[in-house]
Amino acid sequence: MALEHIRICDFTGQLAGAGATRYLAAYGAEVFRIEDPVTKGMWDILRAVPPYVDDRRGVDFGGAYNNHNVGKEGITLNLRTDRAREILAELIAKSDVVSENFATGVMAGFGFTYERMKELRPDIIYVSNCGFGHRGPYRKFKTWGPIVQAVCGLTYTSGLPNQPPAGWGFSYMDHHGGNWMAIAILAALIHRERTGEGQWVDMACTDAGAHMLGPMMLEHTANGRVFRSNDQHSTHSDSPRMAPHNIYASAGTDDWVAIACRDDGDWKALAGVIGIAPDDERFATVTARKENEGELDDVVAQWCVVRDKFSAAAALIAVGVPASPVQKPEERIDHDIGTSEWGLWPTVEHAAMGSVRVDGLPAKLSKTPWSMTRGGPVLSADTETVLGRVLGYSPEQVTALREAGVV
Amino acid sequence: MTVARDSPSPAVPPIDDPSAPGPLTGIKILELASEWTAFAGKVMADLGAEVVLVEPLGGSPLRRYEPFLEGVAGPDRSLWWWHYQTSKLGVELADDDPRLGELAAHAEVLLTDAPLRTDGLHRDDLIHVTITPFGRGNPRDGEPATDLTILAGGGPVWNCGYDDHSLPPVRGAGNQALHTVGLHAVAATLVAVLHQRRTGEGQRVDLSAHAAANVTTEAGSYEWLVAKSTVQRQTGRHAAVNPSTATTAYDNRGRPVNTGFPPRSVAEFRAVREWLDTLGLTDQHLEAFFLDLAIERGGVHLSELSVIPEAMAMFGAGRDALLLIAATLTDHEFFVGGQQRGLAVGVINAPEDIVADAHFQERGAIVPVHHDDLDRSFLYLGAPIAFSRSPWRISRRAPRLGEHQDTNW
Repeated sequence: MALEHIRICDFTGQLAGAGATRYLAAYGAEVFRIEDPVTKGMWDILRAVPPYVDDRRGVDFGGAYNNHNVGKEGITLNLRTDRAREILAELIAKSDVVSENFATGVMAGFGFTYERMKELRPDIIYVSNCGFGHRGPYRKFKTWGPIVQAVCGLTYTSGLPNQPPAGWGFSYMDHHGGNWMAIAILAALIHRERTGEGQWVDMACTDAGAHMLGPMMLEHTANGRVFRSNDQHSTHSDSPRMAPHNIYASAGTDDWVAIACRDDGDWKALAGVIGIAPDDERFATVTARKENEGELDDVVAQWCVVRDKFSAAAALIAVGVPASPVQKPEERIDHDIGTSEWGLWPTVEHAAMGSVRVDGLPAKLSKTPWSMTRGGPVLSADTETVLGRVLGYSPEQVTALREAGVV
Repeated sequence: MTVARDSPSPAVPPIDDPSAPGPLTGIKILELASEWTAFAGKVMADLGAEVVLVEPLGGSPLRRYEPFLEGVAGPDRSLWWWHYQTSKLGVELADDDPRLGELAAHAEVLLTDAPLRTDGLHRDDLIHVTITPFGRGNPRDGEPATDLTILAGGGPVWNCGYDDHSLPPVRGAGNQALHTVGLHAVAATLVAVLHQRRTGEGQRVDLSAHAAANVTTEAGSYEWLVAKSTVQRQTGRHAAVNPSTATTAYDNRGRPVNTGFPPRSVAEFRAVREWLDTLGLTDQHLEAFFLDLAIERGGVHLSELSVIPEAMAMFGAGRDALLLIAATLTDHEFFVGGQQRGLAVGVINAPEDIVADAHFQERGAIVPVHHDDLDRSFLYLGAPIAFSRSPWRISRRAPRLGEHQDTNW
């Protein structure tokens, strides 16, 4: 596999960190995730929370934890003890990457500053990922995905006019925190190949989140657009070049269909389907459609509201107009050929939960494909294996360490 | 893991040379201009790759994407183009121009939205990355799609909106379907580059924007995959199977703030209790005694909420305390005051607030980019990631049409 030569000493958790090393493990990287035996790994809140596959509960039954940690091995080290810190030093010396998404100062608190890691392994790549990074006035502040999204601007820009911000409805920046962190690790590996140098990559999830605002920032800095005009935001379905461009109610319960009319050609096709004269001067050009967008939305909404969302979208797609039902989870996971034919929902085997479907990846590499077969680690299940394979410890030594409260 | 909050926190080592080469220096990428490839190309170009952007004769239609500088259209005035084409070199080529093949012959990566004419450019050591709405060869390949329809069909829109389900679900702004598949394209390309460097072998790398959106919904997907449960959208908070209480509060000017995760640890409950006292608000909190109970019992854990009623009451009391405090402060005071007490609360910044914020300024997350053709500099979104030895950098503004026509690898 593409990354089978890469070893990662991994402290990441939740999704913003765990998602990064999950990604690299899918391409073959050797990832051993280090957790705390004293708290039973509960620093990662997802270890024991729903969803569950059945009635069993506990640190080995959190469905989200499994999803975010597929392909990793799990070991425990009680870093309150000197012996565990010695073992960690031995592991770092034999690793390519150290990854973590603790709050600022936690790794240093364990005694593992970047300088210390570099002494252990001169070309080590250390990637830290926390909400505000290890530098700057907010470096000691704490975040979760929704806080990152609030501070970086993504929450404000997601909502309906005259309503409070909707936010994202999930930790969007946990996903992309993980993706940016994976990119950071991969880019640092490429840099190391070229120069022989390791480095510390200091990732702040809020910076990465702000980077996702796209051209909106230039709208402000170059054109002076103020998004908080009258304390209302109005970016939902905001497209200066497309109309109609919105989400409309369809027949059914909480069913909706999205339609995007890219240009006048799309409009002619759309008008034909919904029974509007294509040369109706209210809507004939994009300028006219933007000027009369409220009226236009009413016309399109009337057509949608009596139709099944799938049928409505299909009728428009058939004439080349972008449209899509707002798909519910069951619809897009179990009944959408676009995901099933992709193989997007692989089944992994979790040592405690059994067979569980998880998120796959949206890239197909023809020579080095990703693979997900192994579930997330049961707490400390691989301590003996990893310490044996990487450091040459015998099972008896590991048993003694376990009895001494070190692992 | 439990660690003292005041642990030493040494800063990132200074970058020896701010103009040092980026981590992807030396990688030659040939990109055929497309809205699907633009973000991936920008990220890799800003990370130091040499990206040559090919436009058709007369220029890419993307140059006509609004918004425009000062609202005036023009091929070099699209802010969309400015943002997504930074650090790239631009050439203008007819579809049948043999220079396309010459450039491709020396490229390590070919980045396209899969036009048929690029199929003949493949070679064994080339990494040919294609980004399309549904992936090449997928049964849905060829369906027309935009950022809006991908987010609607792929799951994010279902998660996002309001408690009132008569209001439509919401598509977050900022071209996030393009960003989502773009980040996956960058990561997959870098995986292929590492493989190519080790083995000499290139490959095809096929991205699906629909698949990317589908695996960017957090609980939206795994609740169904694991438990066949369906999340429902809620105002300003995570879509969930079971309704949760509000996290949006309002400051003393009526601006929304995010109260974040309510207190769970003893330290967090103590911090809220102390903050209420400091502001003289304890008497206004009807259930402040639950805060004291939470401190006495050692906090609450999320897994207790559904099984221990008192735990839910304590959790709720913490949340109510934050709502009360927020209403007496400005949004920024609430954010900084809470965070200084160890509470993960947030200010809901609009894009313009980012520019003025000391955090983003100090970390280089906002940077000036000079436009020599206009003799002006503009503030752009800066480094998403801080590398200590190979800095991220916008090396040049977006190219004018045919500006680097003589580029020759």
